[in-house]
Amino acid sequence: MASSIDTRERLQSVTDQAYKYGFVTDIDTDVAPKGLSEDIVRFISARKAEPEWLLAWRLKAYRHWLAMPEPIWSHVKFPALDYQDAYYYSAPKATDGPKSLDEVDPKLLETYEKLGVPLGERALLAGVAVDAVFDSVSVATTFKKKLEEKGVIFCSISEAVQKHPELIKKYMGSVVPYADNKHACLNSAVFTDGSFVYIPKGVRCPMELSTYFRINAAKTGQFERTLIIADAGSYVSYLEGCTAPMRDENQLHAAVVELIALDDAEIKYSTVQNWYPGDVEGRGGIYNFVTKRGACRGRNSKIAWTQVETGSAITWKYPSCILQGDNSVGEFYSVAVTNNRQQADTGTKMIHIGRNTRSRIISKGISAGRADNTYRGLVRILPKAEGARNYTQCDSLLIGDRCGAHTVPYIESRNPSARVEHEATTSKISEDQLFYCRQRGLSQEEAVSLIVNGFCKEVLQTLPMEFAVEAQKLLGVSLEGSVG
Amino acid sequence: MALLEIKNLHVAVDDREILKGIDLTLDAGEVHAIMGPNGSGKSTLSYVLAGREGYAITAGTIRFQGKDLLAMAPDERARKGVFLAFQYPVEIPGVAGMTFLKTALNALRKERGAGELDAMQFLKFVRAQAKRLEIGDEMLKRALNVGFSGGEKKRNEVLQMAVLEPILAVLDETDSGLDIDALKIVADGVNALRSPERAMLLITHYQRLLDYIVPDRVHVLAHGRIAKSGGKELALELERKGYGEFLGEAA
Ligand SMILES: Nc1ncnc2c1ncn2[C@@H]1O[C@H](COP(=O)(O)OP(=O)(O)OP(=O)(O)O)[C@@H](O)[C@H]1O
Ligand SMILES: [Mg+2]
Repeated sequence: MASSIDTRERLQSVTDQAYKYGFVTDIDTDVAPKGLSEDIVRFISARKAEPEWLLAWRLKAYRHWLAMPEPIWSHVKFPALDYQDAYYYSAPKATDGPKSLDEVDPKLLETYEKLGVPLGERALLAGVAVDAVFDSVSVATTFKKKLEEKGVIFCSISEAVQKHPELIKKYMGSVVPYADNKHACLNSAVFTDGSFVYIPKGVRCPMELSTYFRINAAKTGQFERTLIIADAGSYVSYLEGCTAPMRDENQLHAAVVELIALDDAEIKYSTVQNWYPGDVEGRGGIYNFVTKRGACRGRNSKIAWTQVETGSAITWKYPSCILQGDNSVGEFYSVAVTNNRQQADTGTKMIHIGRNTRSRIISKGISAGRADNTYRGLVRILPKAEGARNYTQCDSLLIGDRCGAHTVPYIESRNPSARVEHEATTSKISEDQLFYCRQRGLSQEEAVSLIVNGFCKEVLQTLPMEFAVEAQKLLGVSLEGSVG
Repeated sequence: MALLEIKNLHVAVDDREILKGIDLTLDAGEVHAIMGPNGSGKSTLSYVLAGREGYAITAGTIRFQGKDLLAMAPDERARKGVFLAFQYPVEIPGVAGMTFLKTALNALRKERGAGELDAMQFLKFVRAQAKRLEIGDEMLKRALNVGFSGGEKKRNEVLQMAVLEPILAVLDETDSGLDIDALKIVADGVNALRSPERAMLLITHYQRLLDYIVPDRVHVLAHGRIAKSGGKELALELERKGYGEFLGEAA
């Protein structure tokens, strides 16, 4: 691999010079040196041939980020991140990653087996450097044609910057400002990947949009940025992630997702997150620090988030809704599973601004092993939100007695006509339930899976059909070994 | 070879001996009734047969189809054909009765080397069984046992038995809490399952049930022992005289 070291050294010198000589764009490699600096930000922007205003925006974010404190209010613990010990643009592959499936954590392979992941995809998901050709590429092409007929735009964010700069300029950062929080700020400076969706007025997107195809085609990024705009009267359902656990050499994942729904538009955003959680001691797992927010800008608009979070060593994530338009609706359905040493601090924010805005929060937290699971949710009713209503239901299920579950609701109501309801329960899988199931022939693990799936039913049924079936299987697999 | 053979079974819970030497043999095709005062150990016996944790077997053996039943995990016993209709069926929130039945049946069929039933076959089969027990579709869609009335829970246990077609069925007070009509329906359901390959152990407090399901043998369990065994007329005798004669000999 001598040549790649060469390239890296050369690049290092190039980037060091960038200030003086302006940026060299005709580098024949996709590798940037380790570490984060203003030059790296410029490098990324230049490699993507971005317009000046976007570079300026990235730089503004970067400079702001430097001075920004880490968020410390969440209930997660981890050693301080070393931002200089990471690659921010196309990390060289297969240097420290596994060289073949033989080097991959056997537990991970077992899981692929159980989930029925096709053989050809296992290596890719496990982070082994492979040149794989997927059927999905041709499937994606067929889909693309159908979408074009309806005027739907579905492409990578980088492509959108080139082809639809006016939309990007208008909407990017309008829901999650670059200075929102440290992780989002970093993303704004260095994002390299992600999806862009625009649904024109009155169009009902003819199919579920899924990133799965894209992820298979191009390895997903560490700093993904997704922007979805549903114009007046349109509808779209977007699926993110896949159930197979994905390995990644990058420990930190800081994605940003922004949704915008105009008058009478509806966006349904479903996620299955199953990043590598690390081994039973939590070593090697992903830190998933994600900022997801949707703005119901228009009257009668609706945004519904559904998430099934089973992976990652640490999940820090609060998909939220800003309910600006009168009569707009925000929904959040969440299942968060933590096992072994996993930590999750997840929930939502529902900000009621418009009149008669409604929100609904259903959160199911499942904790096993020595894991910690926190629901953190804010419901804020602003003075003009006449007649606003919220219903929150937070249920926690504990498996074993070494794990933790916490519910932290914040409610701020500044309009006396608003109604806010909050219900919370904590329960354990009882010996009686397990025995009853086993008496009917279910193994311990099948019993746990069935009971947990029952517990999560209200959330799972909001997922698109085939996704729901996969998610059910995934819940069982995630909790294997959690009971005696 | 007897289908079920219990010999000198001693069982303790938290160091307190509850079963003090049970001997009981059931042949295939037989129905035995176990009666006895509250707290005498009837449910304990049923749980030990099903393999529930927390019961220390301090002495004795149980053989099922000639095999050591006590060596098997609860789910293994179930897959081999041991079924317990619970005295207090357990609620499983969010899991539809239909889903539960399907999961259980598939677990059993897998063990028996039969393939999974397809959705249509399964539905037809369950509906037919449910109809007999006058259980409607809406009840099968509801979360298992959640908010069911006492009688509904019991009928539902019998439905599970009918669908899972066990080899040994233990029914723990399945008649308790049933109104007169429901008792008749359940008894018909149980009778329909009587077969030369299948044995049943009926735990009951009421001779009335035995008018409908006529047992081959009746046993009185008192103070952790089988105090008396006889034919179906023993139940009538108990109805008249009560358990007085067995209660004196407290351990
Ligand atoms: N887990 C347990 N812990 C403590 N004691 C127990 C436990 N299980 C059973 N026992 C005791 O064992 C005895 C037998 O109980 P069991 O439930 O078997 O009686 P039973 O014959 O089924 O009574 P009933 O007719 O009221 O149903 C009772 O005294 C009961 O309190
Ligand atoms: Mg009892």
